[in-house]
Amino acid sequence: MSNQHATPARRFDLGATLLTLLTIIAAAIWFFPVYWGIVTSLRYDDQTVKDFALIPMEPTLKNYIFDIQNSNLPIWYLNSTIVSVGVTFLVVFMGACTGFAISQLNFPGRKALWWMILASFMVPVSALIVNHFIIIADVKLLNTHLGIILPMLIAPVTVIVYKQFFDGLPKEFREAAVMDGATEFQLFFRVFLPMNWGVTTALAIITFIGAWNSFLWPFLAAQDEMMMTVTVGITAVQDTFGVAYGRVLAGAVLAGLPVATAYLLFQRRVTQAITLSAGIKG
Amino acid sequence: MLRNRRTEITTALILIAPFLIVYIWLFLWPTVQMIEMSFQKAPLIGKGKWTGFANYIRMFKDATFLIAVKNTAYFVLLSVVPGTVVALSIAMMVSRLKGRLQSLILAAFFLPYVLPVTVVYVIWDWMTNVQFGMMQGLITFLVGEPVNIWRTVDWFMPGVAILTIWWTNGFSILLFLAGLRNIPAELYEAAQLDGATRRQIFLRITFPLLWPITVLCLTIQLILQLKIFDQVYLFAQGGQTRATMVLVQYIFEQAFQKNNGGYSATLAVALFVIVLVFSLLQFQILRIRGQR
Repeated sequence: MSNQHATPARRFDLGATLLTLLTIIAAAIWFFPVYWGIVTSLRYDDQTVKDFALIPMEPTLKNYIFDIQNSNLPIWYLNSTIVSVGVTFLVVFMGACTGFAISQLNFPGRKALWWMILASFMVPVSALIVNHFIIIADVKLLNTHLGIILPMLIAPVTVIVYKQFFDGLPKEFREAAVMDGATEFQLFFRVFLPMNWGVTTALAIITFIGAWNSFLWPFLAAQDEMMMTVTVGITAVQDTFGVAYGRVLAGAVLAGLPVATAYLLFQRRVTQAITLSAGIKG
Repeated sequence: MLRNRRTEITTALILIAPFLIVYIWLFLWPTVQMIEMSFQKAPLIGKGKWTGFANYIRMFKDATFLIAVKNTAYFVLLSVVPGTVVALSIAMMVSRLKGRLQSLILAAFFLPYVLPVTVVYVIWDWMTNVQFGMMQGLITFLVGEPVNIWRTVDWFMPGVAILTIWWTNGFSILLFLAGLRNIPAELYEAAQLDGATRRQIFLRITFPLLWPITVLCLTIQLILQLKIFDQVYLFAQGGQTRATMVLVQYIFEQAFQKNNGGYSATLAVALFVIVLVFSLLQFQILRIRGQR
């Protein structure tokens, strides 16, 4: 009797352990390209095409120092920071204001605005790039930070997430505050916004990552090398450095570092932002 | 009371003003402008001449446009369903794990998603380098010789599809994980008590309950991948682009390299319509789901 019970239990454990092991191996293989990129960036130039040991025996920062001294990487970094922080602040701020207004205030055209925002989901922004270029060229903002930022502000998802969040709050909050003589502005900034710092942080992080990573528009809007973002710039490095993989990969590691760090520090918030914007509760 | 009502409206208008200005200026206006331009023979910058449906007629006879549509569809086929299957498998493997090990493994699978496309490009360009790439070992094992993937038409799209799955799968993995977490543990316990096998549990419990999320992942991926440009553009750089052309890339080429603003707008309208059709489909599916 006891024997019969013991056998399936032990077999089940073995299966589970094997599956866990398999998962770890799969994850290692999945992550390997990133790891290999980092390892290559830490090797001397003449070693990258000779030394294929999985662990670099004599790691060097030579490629990184070379990149920083011989390309516009520091300026691209600054450009990326200005653009990403600007986009993040504006998208989150406009999203919160609009979401609050649609959710809590009554004004003419409220329904129409809400439907317009929902409908805009269906329009592919990449179909608009040509006309974005024309509009931004028209106001002489090509090759400026503002010109890169502006078309990246179209983010209906942020409005939708905020609106839904504010909808979920009890009506009494607002009524009580209005009774106390608070204006709508005070209500928004002192009561509603502080109540959802979690959502705000989550949306800010995902917006920052998206802005830092965006390629096509910054690539078109910044033709001048001094206005490029890192994301666009590192491919320019590749042209000038030829086949020096160590240097190219060092540039790539530097370009990916801020977003990878943001993710690793705020894993839970990134998860929250993604499930929220897909419309499911995590 | 009336005063209150008026301040409420004023407040609302002030709050929505920044969004509304950006939205009208950089969303509605370019959409209208695009449609107008699609009926003109116009350079990228400058006045155009009205030509009616000439651009549209040209488009349907344009061999490169047809290649671009075909390649885009081929890429969607190669990336959407396989990607969702891979994401579901990974999510199921990860959801079994607990605590620190789970977050570590999830991070390994998810990290590529937060990387810029150019970083992904540089890494994969190195991994697949025909002389020194680590992947050439696997490729040699499979076909007997190293392959210059990004210069071989037959390998190009499958290559881009695989790296796109690798890059963007984190999104679907997270959605599936959230879905798996929402399945009540009692269901599994009851099934185990009844002596159900793993296979039965997956087919009768996990998969049916995950179906709505599967549909969500499929449609989000579909709409996203229809707009593919970055990866294809980066890997085709410096080589022949025509055979591997995708839709957004053709719009880009006509507008910025050939200075055909009008015709590029026509192509953009085509993309617009294609995405719109699939989005309406998604909207319908979500609505049906919501009603149930």
